[in-house]
Amino acid sequence: MTARPAERTAPTTGRPDLPADWTSVRGGVGDRIFAGGALAAGLTILAALAGVFVFLLAKGATGFGKPSEVYGPHAESFLGYVFPLLVGTFTASAIALVIAVPLAFGIALVISHYAPRWLSAPAAFVIDLLAAVPSVVYGLWGAFFLARQLVPMHEWLHATFGGWPVLGALFGEPNTAGRSILTAGIVLAVMILPIITAITREVFSRTPRLHEEAALALGATRWEMIRMTVFPYARSGMVSAVMLGLGRALGETMAVTMVLSVGFDLSWNIIAQSSPTSIAANIALKYKERSADMLEVLVATGLVLFLLTFLVNFAARWVIGRSERRMAR
Amino acid sequence: MTTTLLAAPEEKERVHVPLVRPRLPRLAPAVVGGTATALALLLLVLGTGLVTAAATGALVHLLVLPLWALAVEGRRGATDRMMTGLVWATFTIAVVPLVSLLWRVVSEGAGRIDGTFLSYSFFRTQIEQPVGIYHAIIGTLLVTLGAAAISVPVGVMAAIYLVEYGKGNKLAKAITFLVDVMTGIPSIVAGLFAFALFTLIFGPAHVSGFGGSVALSLLMVPIVVRATEEMLRLVPDDLREASYALGTPKWRTIVKIVLPTALGGILTGITLATARVIGETAPLLLIAGATDRTNMNLFDGAMTTLPVLIYGQNLRGDAPAEAIAWGAAFVLIVIVMVLNLVARIVGRVLAPPTR
Repeated sequence: MTARPAERTAPTTGRPDLPADWTSVRGGVGDRIFAGGALAAGLTILAALAGVFVFLLAKGATGFGKPSEVYGPHAESFLGYVFPLLVGTFTASAIALVIAVPLAFGIALVISHYAPRWLSAPAAFVIDLLAAVPSVVYGLWGAFFLARQLVPMHEWLHATFGGWPVLGALFGEPNTAGRSILTAGIVLAVMILPIITAITREVFSRTPRLHEEAALALGATRWEMIRMTVFPYARSGMVSAVMLGLGRALGETMAVTMVLSVGFDLSWNIIAQSSPTSIAANIALKYKERSADMLEVLVATGLVLFLLTFLVNFAARWVIGRSERRMAR
Repeated sequence: MTTTLLAAPEEKERVHVPLVRPRLPRLAPAVVGGTATALALLLLVLGTGLVTAAATGALVHLLVLPLWALAVEGRRGATDRMMTGLVWATFTIAVVPLVSLLWRVVSEGAGRIDGTFLSYSFFRTQIEQPVGIYHAIIGTLLVTLGAAAISVPVGVMAAIYLVEYGKGNKLAKAITFLVDVMTGIPSIVAGLFAFALFTLIFGPAHVSGFGGSVALSLLMVPIVVRATEEMLRLVPDDLREASYALGTPKWRTIVKIVLPTALGGILTGITLATARVIGETAPLLLIAGATDRTNMNLFDGAMTTLPVLIYGQNLRGDAPAEAIAWGAAFVLIVIVMVLNLVARIVGRVLAPPTR
């Protein structure tokens, strides 16, 4: 997001018989067609977004109120079916955010303030590479490599914190294959790292140079300068970056699908042998059944996910937009 | 009109404030870092795990340098040193998964690549016939081409509307905002949308590569719009006005002047958007399905793509399947990296000359 140039004024003629934007008048039919095409493309986007909602509703509306046997052996109603999935979705996303947010802020600072100039462009490129790796490759890496590597960590976490009063609940009996929701969360964290980094890096580097130099001139160390000038200036950008990361994590499918071993018991244990999966992963795992009833239920859960991520993204963009307007003043 | 002269301060009241404060030597971070690295290497030689050694080294560095600074520079200096260490540590930590992942894919996957692997499909006519991922490569290319064929015209035209025609009216603002929101649509929801759309129209058993293209284009359009919009805004107004002054209608100005000027950036954006959606799995799983045969018809029948093939092999989980999955992952990563590289080169070559 580079700074946009100031709104330009349309060329005017000073002649009342011509409209303000006279450049469109001379073109005749060709211009009308072209303008119409551009407008149609813009409207297509709006229609597509509305279409997502409408078609999911059309296909999934009946999924909310099926007879109880449709929801399988572990639930009796739609709420009972979707609740563990929501818990799984939010648990995995929360773990991912806890890991990714401090890392992303640190990386953004490296790129915007700490790295010497010759290093900051390659550093940014490396993080962009993380974003370019397809999600299914992350899943493969997580399932076949990372999970196995993390088995000792699971045992260590259980042995060390298992007996503690509050933490003990989180680190109960460990997963013997490393395929816990914690591992899924770690893979998710790597996947959402680039988007959080990209946005925070952008707002960090937009801190007015004069603020920074003023702080340094008063004798602040580099960290004090960052705390006093960069963070206050970038606060809303950081908030919305976290929310965009959350939106990404909520909807990411493959990491959870391929890594997590699925169970249905709700527990606080994030390294358990099996945990409830996420909405997105559940759709990917169950779509093959292709029984008409189940499909409608899955589309209904997809609708829930869509509304959830839409709200999170909407809020994030709203915060960004508000802060941009504030900075423009 | 009396002028009073200030009395000069007496000599004895002058306090000596040092203008410089004690600082660690310039090489201090390097010295401590070197010692910590040496310690880590020593631990590694002594037989501890790589993770333990690296963690110990990092911890030593993160503790010793601030403590030294605390002794010499005081509390503020120590905080600064520690935060510098932590900030750099975050970057190092982030590089670890990337390196590990790329190394894993290359070491496990590169050996799998040969002519057979790339030119055979899963479909065997004889029992001892070798298998390959030809069908998935074809599927990936066709589905992604389909997605690009939908997204590029819609995305570029929408961006033209936003920059050239809409110019900050209510509709353009709404579209810009919703495009931003749209970038966050989960890919599986895009897949469900295509699934709902196509099964409502063509009946419940419908699977086709084109459905996958529609789902992917839902993810691709916002990226194309954003990239094109940025580029069109960078085209100087002087060029447009010079064209208008010659009596050129607006649409010809856009086609002949604005678009060629921004072409490099637009192509870069399109290529990056393609690289982003070519690795998508979830939507294709739902609507494009999977098959063992090579399917050349985008509009009929299941069509395997590389990501879906990798996912399918992962589900099977046995050793040969795992090997095929890594091989396919290697091919996919190569395709994505090549697209990224092409995007950068195109951006460089076609960038408008700057004076």
